[in-house]
Amino acid sequence: MSAQLLQYLLAGLTIGAIYALVALGFSIIYNASQVINFAQGEFVMIGGMASMSLIGAGLPLPLAAALAIVVTTLVGMALEKFAVERARGAPVVTLIIITIGASILLRGLAGLVWDKNIHPLPAFSGDRPIAVGGATILPQSLWVLGVTLVVVAGLWWFFNRTLHGKAMLATSHNRLAAQLAGISVRRVLLISFGLSAALGALAGILVAPITFTSWDIGVMLGLKGFAAAILGGLGSGPGAVLGGLALGLVEALSAGYVSSAYKDVIAFGIILAVLVLMPSGLLGQRSAERV
Amino acid sequence: MSIVCRFAALGRPLVAFAAGATLAFAAHAQAPIKIGAFLSVTGPAAFLGDPEQKTLELYVEKINAAGGVLGRKLQLVAYDSAGDADKARTFVKRLIEEDKVDAIVGGSTTGETMAVIPLVEQAGVPFISLAGAVVIVEPVKKWVFKTPHTDRMACEKIFVDMKARNISKIGLISGSGGFDKSMRAQCLEVAKNYGIEIVADETYGAKDTDMTAQLTKMRQNAQIQAVLNAGFGAGPAILTKNFRQIGMTVPLYQSHGVASKEFIKLAGDAANGVRLPAAALLVAKSLPFDDPQKKVVVAYEHEFESRYHQDVSTFGGHAYDGLYLVVDAMKKAHSTDKARVRDAIESTRGWMGVDGEFNLSPKDHMGLDLSAFRMLEIKNGDWTLVK
Repeated sequence: MSAQLLQYLLAGLTIGAIYALVALGFSIIYNASQVINFAQGEFVMIGGMASMSLIGAGLPLPLAAALAIVVTTLVGMALEKFAVERARGAPVVTLIIITIGASILLRGLAGLVWDKNIHPLPAFSGDRPIAVGGATILPQSLWVLGVTLVVVAGLWWFFNRTLHGKAMLATSHNRLAAQLAGISVRRVLLISFGLSAALGALAGILVAPITFTSWDIGVMLGLKGFAAAILGGLGSGPGAVLGGLALGLVEALSAGYVSSAYKDVIAFGIILAVLVLMPSGLLGQRSAERV
Repeated sequence: MSIVCRFAALGRPLVAFAAGATLAFAAHAQAPIKIGAFLSVTGPAAFLGDPEQKTLELYVEKINAAGGVLGRKLQLVAYDSAGDADKARTFVKRLIEEDKVDAIVGGSTTGETMAVIPLVEQAGVPFISLAGAVVIVEPVKKWVFKTPHTDRMACEKIFVDMKARNISKIGLISGSGGFDKSMRAQCLEVAKNYGIEIVADETYGAKDTDMTAQLTKMRQNAQIQAVLNAGFGAGPAILTKNFRQIGMTVPLYQSHGVASKEFIKLAGDAANGVRLPAAALLVAKSLPFDDPQKKVVVAYEHEFESRYHQDVSTFGGHAYDGLYLVVDAMKKAHSTDKARVRDAIESTRGWMGVDGEFNLSPKDHMGLDLSAFRMLEIKNGDWTLVK
């Protein structure tokens, strides 16, 4: 394998892992409520910005990151409690529009609470690139990949081995039956928003040392994460991860081998092609099964 | 109120006649000279409009405290166009028709400036734009001037420096924003005049978070002797970090778009060794004492920072130059007559502003040359002048 190809692959995997974390957040909420939460990108932004200002206030990085995740989780739960739950019974489209409104609100608030500048975050373990077979990778990229792996494993355990997780899965399969079996659908919704927000915040903190953070960073990461979730199949956990990594790799490879000007065109072209051939994404459930 | 204003405006020529002999005593009785401004004080271009407005307010106050202009006070009529070309048009119409200003200084962005040019041309009001693009003054428009350096000058300054280092084949990488695209086009256009060949031309998206792929491609190209990044915002900082990460060793040039401490803060250690053209204001304190620009930029920096307790930016400097071009022209014309003021602005020669020495002419409505830019290199996280 040439050093050049290896460099593209490493770049693609790093950014792909971030897309995957954001995509997982989309899928969790979609499973619990059929809602596509367009404020997912704002969770990413709040995670990065909150840890930036907490570090600025003198807290050590691990504590600042943990607090930022807690803050974002609370924001996610508040969004569910005060906006989505109020409109329960409304059609899904209405709920989606509510999340779009929430994302604009959160973005505007971030511009006021913090500012509209771009901020750096210190890398977790230094900036010195590590050489791998002629290519280089930043220690922070290893953090991104490692944490994504841990998170995916953790989510698998949560959904397959714990009662809460199973309750959430049950709700996604059949809401009415779940309710009849004594599962509090309302609580499931609350947990799903909290969990998605926490995942988003984690992504925002991991990526900030590489890409910086700013009040509007959620727009792009939210969009790419959404595209990854669609590509992998909305609602599928493994699909979100696969979709994220695939999107990241396609972007890096097309920028390297074809043309940097058309890398987004190529990435989204492939997504369109996949969706035409497989309307429910790479690993999504066939929509026919849902009916 | 507006009726009173209008009567006052009608009466102004008569008052001016009567007061001719006793100018000093009449200062309080006369209507003020109105300087109109429309700036992006809020919105996405607030980093331009905010220091511009603060500069205008500060210096109008100072000029008035020193007795005003032609024995009359200055009055600043400023609107916030928030980076929106439509709003800019509305406000300029209001400045011309209702406020009846004597001159306009403003237009933080190229978009806003271009949108109002037909209005000022038709009404015949001297207008000094604070936006960057070459198109504002090329072709020359009778009533339109501008103070900031252009992106073409930035390209030229960089190419001159490259030539001095025996670099002739370079890779160009630019973002997809308006600033980036415009500068890319200018660099491509003037490159051959300086014997520079652009052997790779890559781009990245405005919000891209990784450019290692594009840079790796350039690293594989053995011809490339230096890389030039035309960009603005977070992109160039990410690119600079990526550049070091993949271990590229050729010189890296950035544009004047990143000439702020923000860039060094974001790119960290990776910024060391980067060269870029920038206004003298950025290195005011380290300019040699015999530098003709030193006095002006140090004074401006001191005034601005002691008043607002924030760092000066080159954008505020553009507003300083715009205001003083107008004020000096009024003094030279001994009048606020719009046509005479316009002629006086156009005949400004050898005037040292914050942006550089202005030598305007009927063919050049900006009047700066390459000496207005300084080539800087970042060393130990700070700007140093390249000798």
